[in-house]
Amino acid sequence: MSSKPHVALVAVGAFNPPTNAHLKIFELAKDHLHKLGSFSVLGGIISPVHDAYGKKDLAPAVHRLEMCQRSVSSSSWISVSDWEVTRPGWSRTRATLNSYESCLNSLLSSNEIPPMWASHIVCSTKEEEAEKLNVKLVCGADLLEYFAIPNLWLDEDIDHIAGHHEMVVISRAGYCPEKFIYDLDALTPNKNNVFLVNEWITNEISSTKIR
Amino acid sequence: MSSKLHVALVAVGTFNPPTNAHLRIFELAKDHLHKLGSFSVLGGIISPVHDAYGKKDLAPAVHRLEMCQRSVSSSSWISVSDWEVTRPGWSRTRTTLNFYESYLNSLLSSNEIPPMWASHIVGSAKEEEAEKLNVKLVCGADLLESFAIPNLWLDEDIDHIVGHHGMVVISRAGSCPEKFIYDSDALTQNKNNIFLVTEWITNEISSTKIRRALQRKESVKYLIQDSVIDYVNENRLYVVRSFRNGQSSSVPIIQLGISQSTSMDKI
Repeated sequence: MSSKPHVALVAVGAFNPPTNAHLKIFELAKDHLHKLGSFSVLGGIISPVHDAYGKKDLAPAVHRLEMCQRSVSSSSWISVSDWEVTRPGWSRTRATLNSYESCLNSLLSSNEIPPMWASHIVCSTKEEEAEKLNVKLVCGADLLEYFAIPNLWLDEDIDHIAGHHEMVVISRAGYCPEKFIYDLDALTPNKNNVFLVNEWITNEISSTKIR
Repeated sequence: MSSKLHVALVAVGTFNPPTNAHLRIFELAKDHLHKLGSFSVLGGIISPVHDAYGKKDLAPAVHRLEMCQRSVSSSSWISVSDWEVTRPGWSRTRTTLNFYESYLNSLLSSNEIPPMWASHIVGSAKEEEAEKLNVKLVCGADLLESFAIPNLWLDEDIDHIVGHHGMVVISRAGSCPEKFIYDSDALTQNKNNIFLVTEWITNEISSTKIRRALQRKESVKYLIQDSVIDYVNENRLYVVRSFRNGQSSSVPIIQLGISQSTSMDKI
């Protein structure tokens, strides 16, 4: 039985459309956690946001799901979850991360057939004889900046996401995520739970530019 | 018969390994020339340099050719030419561009079966009833800037490359290739033949960084083609550095190789 904490990486967002940059953040996060020596990343999940998010130019969920599926078809460890898009409405990130963590952990201790998006993670976990796993949020540094926008996030949600789940934040050279953490009271106490990864092979691919 | 100027885009370099950035410059160049309205890009050619170029860590040509082939397998218009690597020695860029242009033009007016790397271009040229085509060099701003390095290029070669062939230079947002052209008399004279394209969706993928990542066992997925990753792994390329003095990736590729001004042309 591996003594390393077992992790599933979850990325939330519009994925409108999914780009190579989205996929890279998973690779960077996994390499980083593995090099720390104390984690075993069992899988990654792309979790596209519900249509009710209401962002301008948002392609319908059915399209975004299919584009995400195609994006990960060559990946051995990342899957796409339709959980958010099939809720009655939009879900807070904290609620999303909580659901993935409890659903995955309950699958570990049952013989229930996992949904497609969970099957790689559940298999890997069983192979490594892991009894539980933790879901971490993987994201770009821009999400960290969203935390600072007044009234956009509940402080207790930020606290829970950073404190309980932990975050792997990918930023490009020139950004200063450390300052954001420093500026945000809700994040500073959790700074040891925010893993900062520098993307040296910078790219400025964004869904906006692709559209 | 189209009244547009028919063009083939040629990229030279080590392609050690070929990356998504190399492929992107073709796409950016083609889009740019087409949007100008007066060009018809018939095809693109990746022309890897001869092994004699002698750069450290240079994978043998047989591997670089295969990696390039895999990189363009999903492209409908870019091919890989083994011309340079099959010469007796290294070729000057001007000679290479000249060869492609004269050979392609001769194929247009003959029924000779074109070599694989030329078949798409010749096919398109015949469809468009093109009587002749012009070969343009497509490259990053680092190649343009290498023109300023003393003794690296023959002045007459620079004149011929920009004057006769023309260049499509891709640079990233924030850099200033216009100033570089302004600073040079030779380039200013031919500036209408240097097409500057800004890559707004900047990326800093370079072969040097890819080799570094591979040596450090870091993922390069989504930076180079999957099939190239497979090839690198199967053939254990780039796992060991052949030297450790940490040459900066900001040094232009050309500078580390043979000077273009030495007469090593054996053709």
